[in-house]
Amino acid sequence: MSDARLSVFKTYKLYVGGKFPRSESGRVYEVSDSKGKWLANAPLSSRKDARDAVVAARKAFGGWSGATAYNRGQILYRIAEMLEGRRDQYVQEVADAEGLSKSKAGVQVDAAIDRWVWYAGWTDKIAQVVGGGNPVAGPFFNLSSPEPTGVVAVLAPQESSFLGLVSVVAPVIATGNTAVVIASEKSPLPALSLGEVLATSDLPGGVVNILSGRTAEIAAPLAAHQDVNAIDLAGADEALAKELEIAAADNLKRVLRPQPVDEWSATPGTERMTAFLETKTVWHPTGSLGASGSSY
Amino acid sequence: MYSRYARRYARLVTMPTTAPAPGLADVTASDSTLRRFLHGLPGVDAVGLEARAASLGTRSIKTTAKAYALDLAISMVDLTTLEGADTPGKVRALGAKAVHPDPTDRATPATAAVCVYPDMVAVAKEAVAGSDVKVASVATAFPAGRASLAVKLADVREAVAAGADEVDMVIDRGAFLAGNYMKVYDEIVAVKEACGTSARLKVIFETGELSTYDNIRRASWLGMLAGADFIKTSTGKVAVNATPANTLLMLEAVRDFRAQTGVQVGVKPAGGIRTAKDAIKFLVLVNETAGEDWLDNHWFRFGASSLLNDLLMQRQKLATGRYSGPDYVTVD
Repeated sequence: MSDARLSVFKTYKLYVGGKFPRSESGRVYEVSDSKGKWLANAPLSSRKDARDAVVAARKAFGGWSGATAYNRGQILYRIAEMLEGRRDQYVQEVADAEGLSKSKAGVQVDAAIDRWVWYAGWTDKIAQVVGGGNPVAGPFFNLSSPEPTGVVAVLAPQESSFLGLVSVVAPVIATGNTAVVIASEKSPLPALSLGEVLATSDLPGGVVNILSGRTAEIAAPLAAHQDVNAIDLAGADEALAKELEIAAADNLKRVLRPQPVDEWSATPGTERMTAFLETKTVWHPTGSLGASGSSY
Repeated sequence: MYSRYARRYARLVTMPTTAPAPGLADVTASDSTLRRFLHGLPGVDAVGLEARAASLGTRSIKTTAKAYALDLAISMVDLTTLEGADTPGKVRALGAKAVHPDPTDRATPATAAVCVYPDMVAVAKEAVAGSDVKVASVATAFPAGRASLAVKLADVREAVAAGADEVDMVIDRGAFLAGNYMKVYDEIVAVKEACGTSARLKVIFETGELSTYDNIRRASWLGMLAGADFIKTSTGKVAVNATPANTLLMLEAVRDFRAQTGVQVGVKPAGGIRTAKDAIKFLVLVNETAGEDWLDNHWFRFGASSLLNDLLMQRQKLATGRYSGPDYVTVD
């Protein structure tokens, strides 16, 4: 018995405002693997945790949206670097959560890391793609530039616990939004562990806030929350999505409806970024046009 | 039934009644009698005081009780702007907000008062005309109070002449800390006289500068002996402002003073109270310490500015079931 050692279990906690609190309610629920074997207890968040997360996300919005796109790209790339160093842990967690073999889980984690790199590259390019100078018939420049929508509530996909999660969170924060994320209800552990990586990647506290618990219970107050600007319904089933979209209409939130995704590993495109961007258009006088039709 | 029991119980576990023997008139007869009286007040059990304030802060106030508390707290706010950058426009906006804190819901009660510098009293008076909202003015060389008595009195007279319903004076902390209690007393008496019958006097102790709880208790009694209508924690201009503990201490003082003399004095914590949750904790302190008689904006006030927005957001949440946000209240 002398070489026996007591196991040190990990207490999974929420990630809110750069800190790792337990649920305000003190509740937890049991998380089991695909075969029903107990893995860990995860916090069962309440609506007050959601409220606190929105406060944290709102507080972080000014600094994050005001950071240069270049800086945001560096930080997103840093997240990929940090994940790479803890790859084995995530492979294990994803294998447990989704019932995959080690090699298949490894493919998922690699794809998730590459996803961060993909969006890190987009941060300082999206403005050139969706913004620009617009031709107008008058003595003006007319310029459009994309701006982040604000605080985005994200319902992470229920099935793909890690790659799916990264695929919906990264595009939201890449463009300068801040996010309140509800992890997969059945498999929240990879998401909760992601908080530990985000906390050590120079990502300012509050830019991403991760909650675990019953998706329907947490999503309802977020969808109705007057200080949330948009909601991504990726993790909602049809009935819940409809209910949330109705609740979200009150303050005209941007709503991204759940879309059928066959394979999260496919190249994502820019749709998830542009869904949470506003276009600001400014008119800038150039002076009167001369006889030639141009003043310059 | 419960509240009566709780109040009785509260008396048992807080300080024994601190009031001196009847005959308080003698106390202020001379410097030495005043000093003997103030130093004869029982010492404050700092650990017990803070523990009691903290334990009262754990009460859960929900649903209808919360709705009542929020409305009561809104009606107790002295909506304050005391900046060098105050403009007439800002004071008018503040006055409009005091009268109708939430324009989208006219059932929202008005605040108790607006609190401004003396030169803005006339503007504020005009802005709240026709409503029950009072105009309070800070005076006596606020916030430091470092000026001659003549200057302080002129400051007060100007505010009262401009129509202030309430005057918030600061005590001379230097004199108080030097042990010159009679000077502080005489100043309060003189200011009270300058207020005349039309303006109620709030006396600010600046508890953050008084160092000890014993000093806060002495200052409270000194202020009440000198005729204060309200005792107020702080100016909001120093690092430590109103805390549950120092407010609890002052509530005990007004309770004991009324038991001794029959004169009721109000309490106003000011500065540092920013959330509805904090405000409700203070209301619990009031109810459990001084009692229901003080649960009225004639006897209890909050000196605050940003607190009102949080109260309104909580009120909206209660009414609609949706969490509100800063986009739905005014930016002051």
